[in-house]
Amino acid sequence: MLLKYLPLVGLLGLASCGPDTAASGADTGVADVHVDAPADSTAALPYLGTEGRKPVPAFSLPDQEGKVVSDKSLAGKVYVTDFFFATCPGICPKMQSELLKVYKQYAQNPNVTFLSFTIDPEHDTQPVLADYARRLGVDAPNTTWRFLHTPDRSTAYKMANDYLTAAQTDTKAPGGIAHSGALALVDDQGYVRGTYDGLNPRETNRLIREIPRLLAEAQARKTAATAAR
Amino acid sequence: MRLSPAAALAALVLLTLPACFTNKQNQGARLYGQHCAGCHGEQGEGIGQLIPPLAGSDYLAQHPNQLACIVRNGLKGPIKVNGVDYDQLMLGVQDTATHRQLSPAQITNLLNFIESHWGNHPGPAGVRTIAGTEAELRACNQQ
Repeated sequence: MLLKYLPLVGLLGLASCGPDTAASGADTGVADVHVDAPADSTAALPYLGTEGRKPVPAFSLPDQEGKVVSDKSLAGKVYVTDFFFATCPGICPKMQSELLKVYKQYAQNPNVTFLSFTIDPEHDTQPVLADYARRLGVDAPNTTWRFLHTPDRSTAYKMANDYLTAAQTDTKAPGGIAHSGALALVDDQGYVRGTYDGLNPRETNRLIREIPRLLAEAQARKTAATAAR
Repeated sequence: MRLSPAAALAALVLLTLPACFTNKQNQGARLYGQHCAGCHGEQGEGIGQLIPPLAGSDYLAQHPNQLACIVRNGLKGPIKVNGVDYDQLMLGVQDTATHRQLSPAQITNLLNFIESHWGNHPGPAGVRTIAGTEAELRACNQQ
């Protein structure tokens, strides 16, 4: 008798009690503004900037080992930037672990450099930056990932702007500084050629794919310059 | 006493319906993805020596009565997890926006999820209850 109702009960249960798929576990609160790269992966990456085609301003800053990194030491290299602070309890760990993923792909390539600028230079002294790098797993001597000490917050905020990301003091934000998780890809001549949401794995995968395109372009420039001489 | 088929069916429907309407069965996993996975990793693996792992964590096993407070208020100062030193502010210490607004029921589901995954086990008190979480939260400031 009862048995004939069992399929009905089963159906009821299946229809209404499935696992919830509506809520996304990957909600980072950051809009996914970029779409995947177009199929045409041979086209040159665009020149990005608010003031037209203009390289980022010159700079010279000490890194976690006390070595100076400058626009001159970076000339001819492709580099990736982000802005962070060591005690940041908000988006930084996620952003840095995504950048770590990119770094691991290119750690052996001397033509690719990674720069993390601190936006809390009072706290993030050279030993703090060195400890942070070690904890992140970036402690090889002469690593291509440089953690840069900025002179003060306002300089750091301005530089963030130059690299098309944003940072500002905000007592309501985690850690007291509001900043975006944007990464910038800069070419061998100092032009920003890509920005990526550092909290979104699809975006950092796009960065991994676009670095070789910029490397090829830089190599072509070098070859042309050598030929001209 | 004999149960009529109709009554049996009604009873079954009544038993299954609440779960459907409240949709809480995966709340712990969802909350983990929203509030924890960014730093502690999708599989509780942590990040280097910056963010401690939750997977197979001896710290979780040794501090079962403090976990509700840690979820709500964050953690500050050095700790050792599986023999490795960590010293990073945990979100919640300064942030008033997200973790502090988790309800006792949400914290209960979240911790039950964490304690039943990645090689972790429930504490000596067994699966967490909302009443148990409420009691832990009341005691937060005394720790």
